[in-house]
Amino acid sequence: MNPIEIESVQQQLESFIDKDVYVHLETTNGAYASHFDDKAYNVGAYIRNAKVRFSQAKIVGNGKSYRAGLKMEFGWIYAEGLSDWTIHGDNQLLLAGHDREGRLMVSLEISEVPFRY
Amino acid sequence: MEKHVVVIYPHPDDESFGAAGTISEFREKGVPVTYLCGTLGEMGRNMGSPTFANRETLPEIRKEELIKASEALDIELQMLGYRDKTLEFEDLTKVANHLKGILEDIKPSLVITHYPDHAVHPDHNALGAAAVEAVRMMDESNRPIVWAQAITNNYYEDLGKPDVINDIRPYFNKKMEAILAHKSQADGMLGKFKENSEIAADMEEAAKERLGTEQFYIWKY
Repeated sequence: MNPIEIESVQQQLESFIDKDVYVHLETTNGAYASHFDDKAYNVGAYIRNAKVRFSQAKIVGNGKSYRAGLKMEFGWIYAEGLSDWTIHGDNQLLLAGHDREGRLMVSLEISEVPFRY
Repeated sequence: MEKHVVVIYPHPDDESFGAAGTISEFREKGVPVTYLCGTLGEMGRNMGSPTFANRETLPEIRKEELIKASEALDIELQMLGYRDKTLEFEDLTKVANHLKGILEDIKPSLVITHYPDHAVHPDHNALGAAAVEAVRMMDESNRPIVWAQAITNNYYEDLGKPDVINDIRPYFNKKMEAILAHKSQADGMLGKFKENSEIAADMEEAAKERLGTEQFYIWKY
């Protein structure tokens, strides 16, 4: 993945507006957080291939870390801590944030076809 | 001597970090070893360091790494096709029956898996429980021995001294070769080795200390 270029990502996000799309949204600190540090908490959530439709989409940030918000008819999809992006396959937009060791902390992905696996 | 050993863990790299030394020793003696790998570690958060994988390319990358590690260890590989992080939500009996079918086919004399509730990762606990159950459901006369691996911080206090304590330092290089085949997952560790050549020797000692012993409890049915 490459560091987020805000104009390109904004353009990509807008290409999915008012279409039925599949979303992968995830955050995690790993399954071993409280194993290596008994004061830490294991926290994570993901939803994969949720079929949604949004009418507005925006990415905002300071050049390093970005937030993305997708406005749906009855709610929002939100991700914070995004730093990297790529286009996977034909047209799947992948956004993610990684820690110093390159471990994924947050991920927001949008596709017109379901994600594999 | 064992007839055939089946290793049952959920993630590509569990076999290398957890049992590569023990596996190498069996292979050296000519004992066939089959690895039943539960998932492709699709939800792993290590993407290489520096990152070269992403959430969507990770499964294929880890599959290739798993094949490489299996070649390094000279073992047969079967991928079970479950999804990372979801094993505990599957029907335990169904998974156990799936494993039982494979075990009845291979007819191993020994099964190596995780110790249920003492294996930290929910997938480890769930697949360990399914493996233990699969063997329980087998005809008593055909049951292989089960070695269960505990990795919680308190397993020694809870379970006592492991029944099998393998000093695998003679196979340490082979174990490292298998671990490093999982490049996306081992990169961080490899990076630390490279980062500072002065501490490399210390790191190797530390790695040997941490990875030089493989311990198992013999499951009592």
